[in-house]
Amino acid sequence: MNQSIGVDLERQRQVVTALRTVLPESCVLFREEDTRPYECDGLTLYRQVPMAVALPDRESQVAQVLKLCHAMQVPVVPRGAGTGLSGSALPHAGGVLLSMAKFNRILEIDRDARTATVQPGVRNLAISEAAAPHRLYYAPDPSSQIACTIGGNVAENSGGVHCLKYGLTVHNVMRVRALTVAGEVVEFGGRALDSPGLDLLAVIVGSEGMLAVTTEVTVKLVPMPQLARCIMASFAEVTDACHAVAALIAAGIIPAGLEMLDQAASRLVEPFAHAGYDLDAAAVLLCESDGTPEEVSDEIEHMSAVLRRSHATRVQVSNNESERLRFWAGRKNAFPAAGRAAPAYYCMDGTIPRRHLAAMLLSIQAMERKYGLQCPNVFHAGDGNLHPLILFDDNDPDSVARAKQFGAEILEQTVQLGGTISGEHGVGVEKLDQMCLQFDRPTLDAFGAVKQAFDPSGLLNPGKVVPTLHRCGEYGKLRKHAGAAQFPELPRF
Amino acid sequence: MDEAVAVVAEQIRAAAAERQPLRVRAGGSKDFYGNTPRGTVLDPRAARGIISYEPTELALTVRCGTPLAELEAALDAHGQMLAFEPPHYGETATIGGCIGSGLAGPRRASAGYSFGGVRDFVLGAKLLDGRAQLLSFGGMVMKNVAGYDVARLLAGSLGVLGVIIEVSLKVVPKHKVESTLRFAMNETAALNQLNAWGGQPLPLSASAWHMDTLFVRLSGSTSAVEAAAARLGGQAIDPGVAAQFWHGLREQTDPFFSGDLPLWRLSVPSPAAAVELGTDQLVEWGGALRWIRSTRSTAEIRARAHSLGGHATLFRGGDRTQGVFTPLAPGIAAIHQRLRAQFDPAGIFDSGRMYPQGQNANHAR
Repeated sequence: MNQSIGVDLERQRQVVTALRTVLPESCVLFREEDTRPYECDGLTLYRQVPMAVALPDRESQVAQVLKLCHAMQVPVVPRGAGTGLSGSALPHAGGVLLSMAKFNRILEIDRDARTATVQPGVRNLAISEAAAPHRLYYAPDPSSQIACTIGGNVAENSGGVHCLKYGLTVHNVMRVRALTVAGEVVEFGGRALDSPGLDLLAVIVGSEGMLAVTTEVTVKLVPMPQLARCIMASFAEVTDACHAVAALIAAGIIPAGLEMLDQAASRLVEPFAHAGYDLDAAAVLLCESDGTPEEVSDEIEHMSAVLRRSHATRVQVSNNESERLRFWAGRKNAFPAAGRAAPAYYCMDGTIPRRHLAAMLLSIQAMERKYGLQCPNVFHAGDGNLHPLILFDDNDPDSVARAKQFGAEILEQTVQLGGTISGEHGVGVEKLDQMCLQFDRPTLDAFGAVKQAFDPSGLLNPGKVVPTLHRCGEYGKLRKHAGAAQFPELPRF
Repeated sequence: MDEAVAVVAEQIRAAAAERQPLRVRAGGSKDFYGNTPRGTVLDPRAARGIISYEPTELALTVRCGTPLAELEAALDAHGQMLAFEPPHYGETATIGGCIGSGLAGPRRASAGYSFGGVRDFVLGAKLLDGRAQLLSFGGMVMKNVAGYDVARLLAGSLGVLGVIIEVSLKVVPKHKVESTLRFAMNETAALNQLNAWGGQPLPLSASAWHMDTLFVRLSGSTSAVEAAAARLGGQAIDPGVAAQFWHGLREQTDPFFSGDLPLWRLSVPSPAAAVELGTDQLVEWGGALRWIRSTRSTAEIRARAHSLGGHATLFRGGDRTQGVFTPLAPGIAAIHQRLRAQFDPAGIFDSGRMYPQGQNANHAR
């Protein structure tokens, strides 16, 4: 059976035998029915069954797994909860998938230092829950926070709806304890606000599991605001909503959250989340203020005035916590709502300078017609981070091909507008081609050099993030010929 | 590549060909910082000027040779600022030196959107590496996870990876109101109080403790600052005097920093116990930064910093023969060495300013 998925059985036997010398039998999976669940992460368009899955539960076991894989030249792909959206945790056919799911203990909540030290498999939201008795929380809140793990957040530099004010993962992680590909313990950062030498922690965060395997994370906790209130503003024109975003920033306001949904997105989520969105509005803006009651009261008044001046047709302020959470429920459930509305959806992720938001949305509307697919938009308007949701039918190869083409064109557009192909979901395998657009060859080679410095063997999560010279060449050719065939067969998928 | 950049590139190429070390130096305002460098001076200040600044984007792109004062004035005109309140240490300070040294001022440990060090506000950078290639990392947008975050790595890199030509930074609105309070308090009480306040939703933007007096700065909206001031108590300080005080700390022109006694910088977890080396000291960053004036041995001071969970840097003066920075753990040193070799194969940026030849990083393979 395993031969059908291209596994070298003799090699697999050797690796499994070796893994069993350092892990209990139940923690080494290799039969297809056991390894199949690991074939993809949150990006289901790409699938690959790994040669074997290792499920260690302590650092010394991870070190032994890495050492033996290093000695046997076996690629290793680390994985947290598998909620990633760019295929960073896509297994390697001839490699070991290293699941860190068993590392789920909160080791310490230090109230005085306002830090939490946790194992990488601890869920994002679990940290805030554990810190709550001290009136503290962990600020970055990706939409998947009930499921995603802090180890995965470190790998992807995850954001969330509150990062305009409180920062991304990179701003909220103080220390990462990790193992090198050779199984040696290293600590990046520390419990102080800086460390001697180069700030390697800055590179570890967002390195998509390619530089080291995280075994412990110390995060910064921040005090819970006394109060948070949210404004839900409606706009008759998308461009008005976009200008309102700029006007808020120009007024010297940094909202705790600033999110936009276009009409298609509001209509998509409303039946699912009952958030009370104005379905006649071309765009809905969610704008949050947090702080002391006095501060929030002043800021809400200031924000409301700016929004009205920016031609908001309706401005509604949450009157209590349950109403505020209801406003957010729609935004936070956009992805599951998309999952209900269509057989499948492809969530894109790019960031552009805020001033181009309106132009970008108009481009996406044109692409909807071009590819014959719907694409509601939800986005972190405050940071210019877009999440177009391309709805398609995954049982129809033509629909799949159009969805991928649509996504690729959106990414190309973000680069043209001076933005980036990934704001918070990572490059993984998904955006390897567009890396060739965003960066020149010397810079791509410099990324390769960073990889080489941390992982000279190249065995840790190979083939992600940094495209080869050959791949960029092929992609360049494809782009050149893209005008000829409407949906050329794309070998890169 | 325009002329200013091409000139620097040419100097790099020439140095690489002869394997002659270069010492990147712009205004020289931070010459005192780091180990004594060797090599030919490379002054990149011909690359200067603000490339783009769009206040509603909260971002700007600036060339390394731009005077820090000029940059801050441009931001000030739009009611914005560099959140990390960087020290200038002299009128000649440039943004390139600010990024390269990675030094942040009193606002580093603030609450809310202005929290963070230099690297936290770096969005992108252009770098001339040891092969004189112009590399472009990150970008101008707030969120960007395409490729490794090398731009942030350049903050505090002291030029070992190359010459920073251009940098894109996130900027923030200036706070509307600032107010400084003074409290009589011994060190232990002050450390306890600062950490207790740090766990509460207060608009703290700076703190300093010296000689049984604690100063805290509050920044934010009028209502937030007034409410917090009423809650904390203490004695309000005249705004003009307070501004001078924080400026004196940032620029180290405060009397604490004068004189010839060696100045050590201890970066520790904020609740760490008092340093207790029997020396004059000044505490900043809510307890996370301890400045001490001491002639004690490097080994003793490093050991104390280590026992408190942090590290010690000989910031100014003193016996610098043992290196001013805390040696790296072997695993980390090995990564440093390989990273430097990748960016600078001819070793021309090894001026010795970060870790001198033969010490630490060079033990690694």
